[in-house]
Amino acid sequence: MTSDASARTRPRLHVVSGKGGTGKTTVAAALALALASGGSNVLVCEVEGRQGLASLFDVAPLPYEERQVAVGLGDGGDVCALAIDTRAAFLEYLDMFYRLGRAGKALDKFGVVDFATTVAPGVRDVLLTGKVFEATNRRVDGVHVYDAVILDAPPTGRIGRFLNVNSEVAGIAKVGPIRKQADAIMRLLRSPDALVHLVTSLEEMPVQETIDAVTELGDLRLPLGAVVINRLRTPALPQAALDDAVRGELDVGSIETSLKEAGLKSEPAVVDGLLDAGRRHGERVQLETAQRQRLDTLGLSVVALPYLSDGVDLGSLYELAADLKASGAF
Amino acid sequence: MARPRRTTRKAPRTQPPRGTQARVGPLQGRLSDVPALHLDQVIADESVRILVCCGSGGVGKTTTSAALAVRAAEQGRKVVVLTIDPARRLAQALGLTELDNVPKPVVGLSTDAGGSLDAMMLDMKRTFDEVVEAHATPQKAEQILANPFYQALSSSFAGTQEYMAMEKLGQLHAEASRTGRWDLIVVDTPPSRSALDFLDAPERLSSFLDGRLIRLLLAPAKGPARFLSAGMGIVTNAISKILGGQMLRDLQTFVAAIDTLFGGFRARADRTYRVLEDPQTAFLVLASPDSDALREASFFVERLAQEKMPLAGLVLNRVTAPIAVGLSAQAALAGAERLDPDDEDFDAADGRPARLSATGDGSEVSADVITAGLLRLHAERLNQISRERGLRRRFAAAHPSVPTATIYALAADVHDLASLREVAELAAA
Repeated sequence: MTSDASARTRPRLHVVSGKGGTGKTTVAAALALALASGGSNVLVCEVEGRQGLASLFDVAPLPYEERQVAVGLGDGGDVCALAIDTRAAFLEYLDMFYRLGRAGKALDKFGVVDFATTVAPGVRDVLLTGKVFEATNRRVDGVHVYDAVILDAPPTGRIGRFLNVNSEVAGIAKVGPIRKQADAIMRLLRSPDALVHLVTSLEEMPVQETIDAVTELGDLRLPLGAVVINRLRTPALPQAALDDAVRGELDVGSIETSLKEAGLKSEPAVVDGLLDAGRRHGERVQLETAQRQRLDTLGLSVVALPYLSDGVDLGSLYELAADLKASGAF
Repeated sequence: MARPRRTTRKAPRTQPPRGTQARVGPLQGRLSDVPALHLDQVIADESVRILVCCGSGGVGKTTTSAALAVRAAEQGRKVVVLTIDPARRLAQALGLTELDNVPKPVVGLSTDAGGSLDAMMLDMKRTFDEVVEAHATPQKAEQILANPFYQALSSSFAGTQEYMAMEKLGQLHAEASRTGRWDLIVVDTPPSRSALDFLDAPERLSSFLDGRLIRLLLAPAKGPARFLSAGMGIVTNAISKILGGQMLRDLQTFVAAIDTLFGGFRARADRTYRVLEDPQTAFLVLASPDSDALREASFFVERLAQEKMPLAGLVLNRVTAPIAVGLSAQAALAGAERLDPDDEDFDAADGRPARLSATGDGSEVSADVITAGLLRLHAERLNQISRERGLRRRFAAAHPSVPTATIYALAADVHDLASLREVAELAAA
């Protein structure tokens, strides 16, 4: 168990965003395993109905219920997962805060629940952030149920609007219970208890979106955590050879000699194919180096996770978790 | 789940959606059986007037829609491309610094074939404001625009985008039909499942407008509360308890003010929906060749089939290009291992040269190390190709009749007209 003193200073809510396709869900799941190391109990939530967590943890599709899906890294605590369904979250919210009983049913019959969860813009995001807030703050006998909550959040294009929705609500609700709830959520999101991490690959557009998101979240006074470079490929050639490969200056003769030495065909088609593979790889690495430099200027901690050629399974998720933990950025 | 019930549009459950009829037997999912999608024919087909690109995030929707728009324009069509993505990615891809709510010409294109290209990004607040200004009296418009509910709704809330996208697409289509300024509208959708939510917009509005909730919200404006039924009383009390009296009153004021606009919204959204259903529209589902993106592509294909929307096919983007080198992945890896034992399991104690440390003192890298690296890259590429083929086969097994096009990956990022043309060349190949 983490000691009380360190638990108090560690962030309790980790929001994971990033451009689509960069591996937000994978990073959120790995972060859950990492944060659950040392016996902490952790909840990871998804909000887009894709059941990405279930497929990563290799369990049946998640219902609207917090279920244990794994055990944290090395002697870890419980890792629970939750797929937040807005309709269920709304009914639960009504029940929890208002104990409406029969009137709650009447609301549903009147189409209020449908209206709130599908017709009315914005309400969805209020409900989703509200549920995450509830789980983060939930206590039993004065002790937090979860030491950390990880949110697999909407992509960078929507993240500012998503996280700031309660501040908009506060603008509409001048007083009353909704205002109180909205203010409490914004207080948590803007406190040192919360961090927003951004996942990216080392390509121009994802990096640009990461930089834009850093600006946007900064303007909204939301606390930024780490930038996670996902699927980083290690160079297959030494730097000098990479440069030669891009310039087309690799020594063909000595490659042919090496191929013969290795007992392989050294005909021109084979050599050309290899040179092409080298050139493409070299160009990729140069591009990645330039993008990495852009990220380094953001002043945030930058953590890199390796490319897994065979895709991500539960075993490799633990490897990624170990990398995240070793980085010390969380 | 929480979707409004459908009445007429949804295909009956018992009937498998078009393009998803299961096929069994030894032939299932053979890649050579997959019908080809010829993108050049799609963009050249003058009966196609709207092209909608959808798919999960990061698959290259924006780039591909921009590339197809550029190609269509250079082949003589008068194109407008609309992105409803809040990030300014299309602007980046087209080399523009800013897009506007009004289509602006893209410069630098070849107009020899008589075509043109305009581009725009949806500004949902401006679109909403314009609707209010066009359809309400000046006095009422002013009242609506100043309402705090309206301001949050029109500028900050997720979901408004879908309604406004429908509105904007309808406007562009109407202008295209009226003036002939464009003969092809290319639409790039937001990067999530909610991308298809705009298909629901008319139905959602209808379920709300025909429901009892709106009568309740309008009640104080239309008559004294004592005419409310007992059920309504309970609901009003409950809502007031949740929202607080002040917020409920503000909401009612807002709904009453905007009430006259709803009908128009619904009528226009319905019209646009019918245009989308019509064969003049072609939907392209985009995916990259990885399991997550293809799973999402399945979702989109099935959803479009359910809605009976005209699916042109699947575009697989960033596919690893095949290579014709007579060297198998296995042989390449074995050769690499002989030249330079893999440092993965490398034990420094046994004194073999480490793969990448050869440059440590600035001396020449040995040719063996370089050749081994190249062989590993070659093997990685072959393995990637076979993994991607496996994924494509699985998709084809589930959706055997969905025509498919592939776009091979470029080594560099796409961010200017020249590289957009290159993508389009690959797409049309």
